[in-house]
Amino acid sequence: MSTIVLLTVTGLGLGALYFLVASGLSLIYGLMGVLNFAHGSFLTLGAFAGWEFARRAGADNWWTFLGSLLVGAVVGALFAAFTEFVLIRRLYERHIEQVLVTVGLSLASVALFDGIWGTDTIHISGPAWFRETTGILGAQIANDRFVAIIAAVIVLLGLVFFLKRTRYGMIIRAGVESRSMVTALGIDVRKAFTLVFAIGGAAAGLGGVLASHYFQYVSPLLGGSLLIFAFIVTVIGGLGSLTGAAIASVVVALLQQFANFYLNGTGDFVVVVALALVLLFRPSGLLGRKS
Amino acid sequence: MSQQPQPHPEAANPAATGGPAPATAQTAAQSTTQATALHPAAPQPGHARPVLEIAGLTAHIAGQQVVEDVSFSVPATGITALLGRNGVGKTSTIKAVIGLISRTGSVTLDGERIDKEPTFKIIRRGVGYVPEDREVFSKLTVAENLRLAERDASPRRQLVEELFPDLLKRASQMAGTLSGGQQQMVSLARALLNENKLLLIDEPTKGLAPKIVQEVAETLERAAETVPILLVEQNLQVVRQLAAGAVVLSGGKVVHTTDSALGFLDNEDLTQRLLGVHADAGHGEEADRNGAQK
Repeated sequence: MSTIVLLTVTGLGLGALYFLVASGLSLIYGLMGVLNFAHGSFLTLGAFAGWEFARRAGADNWWTFLGSLLVGAVVGALFAAFTEFVLIRRLYERHIEQVLVTVGLSLASVALFDGIWGTDTIHISGPAWFRETTGILGAQIANDRFVAIIAAVIVLLGLVFFLKRTRYGMIIRAGVESRSMVTALGIDVRKAFTLVFAIGGAAAGLGGVLASHYFQYVSPLLGGSLLIFAFIVTVIGGLGSLTGAAIASVVVALLQQFANFYLNGTGDFVVVVALALVLLFRPSGLLGRKS
Repeated sequence: MSQQPQPHPEAANPAATGGPAPATAQTAAQSTTQATALHPAAPQPGHARPVLEIAGLTAHIAGQQVVEDVSFSVPATGITALLGRNGVGKTSTIKAVIGLISRTGSVTLDGERIDKEPTFKIIRRGVGYVPEDREVFSKLTVAENLRLAERDASPRRQLVEELFPDLLKRASQMAGTLSGGQQQMVSLARALLNENKLLLIDEPTKGLAPKIVQEVAETLERAAETVPILLVEQNLQVVRQLAAGAVVLSGGKVVHTTDSALGFLDNEDLTQRLLGVHADAGHGEEADRNGAQK
């Protein structure tokens, strides 16, 4: 029983990280049709920025941690908005070029991060409480898992509130259905594009800081390793669906954890099989729009 | 068989032939100078400047030419019908006017060139667009669909509530769950919420029950009291009832313009050949059978 609880909570923690990356990916694809391969770079830069802040701020206390979350989110948002404004905006409707430019950016940024911070992984530590464990039904669970889960839930609720209750949220939901009709109502949808990139970048940057605590290191490859699974999550959840991304994040991470434990470390394989099954039997994803 | 219809000599400006457009002396004086510069066939004094002037409009979708060198204008009052067989480029012409598809040529709205502007700016100049197939946002509520369309500081909610009382009752319903007729009301309401210089309305009665067709026609008639409309419509009865002038496209080109839709539509041969329908036909059933699918 305690193993199941441990695997479940650890899986939820990992799912939280997937969601923080996948939510942005899904919104960006849903609204703009852009497959953003540079999204992992937003996460990595957010993680490094958070770590730089934390080590300068000194003590590994809660305020430093919260500050690093904020710094990670802001840096992620700025990098993403910059990417949209400088690179993507010129390439709307040119999907091949968009893929090329985002793949190029992700490669270039990894090289840049290598140059600045080196290729070695940097071990980090957060507030002492993170390394302690909490007992739930006999399982001893590292506390940073709870932080990741709580942060992802807050981000999910914040995004839902933003999408449902604000005018820009309404524009984004409408734009996911028909971008051209939004412009045909006299709305400058490009502002919504930049905003969606910024929001996606903020979630990814936040995810970067949390991921660095979850894995206890930062490295230039941190974003890329999470991005692969975030893409799988996005496809399984349905491109453009935030709720789909949330559900699929949890499903994928739990599958991965349980398969790794019970099926001799085949977690990644099982996830790919799940992806294949979804593509075969429900190509638009769990909650995606029919195309 | 009568002779092949030729482009009207004053195709660029149906109003010039003495169209239905009454005007104030002031706008007529302005328009005469403006339009003379653009077209040899300038409106005579006593007629308002056309609200929309299209000259040499050519448009492409995915490299394919869908509109070829189209020129016509829309008078500043009343409903002008844009007619032609299915697949002839009517919808593309409307989309090209507001820049939803790439285009070249000159498009002038109320005396100002708009052919280089992005869609949202053209709309903000005062164009209401009701697309073919309604294009309501199905996962937004009726109220959200309407709120999204509000451009003016004081949108005309009261008018919309009066015209479409049903929508008020369904404000919190997802637009995707509405019937076709109700979705058309949402689409029309989105355009009527704002003060516009021109409405572009694309096949508003398509696929609707006769009773709803009549409701839509009445709504358009009422809207046309305050704003000129360029209307794509397959239902010739509706065209007869509403239109004060017509432009006919064939093969992506203007082949006929008239300031009297009725006279033109009574010509059995013309309607048969250009529109693929009999003069007394209802909702273009034959056009659907004969014409290319869009």
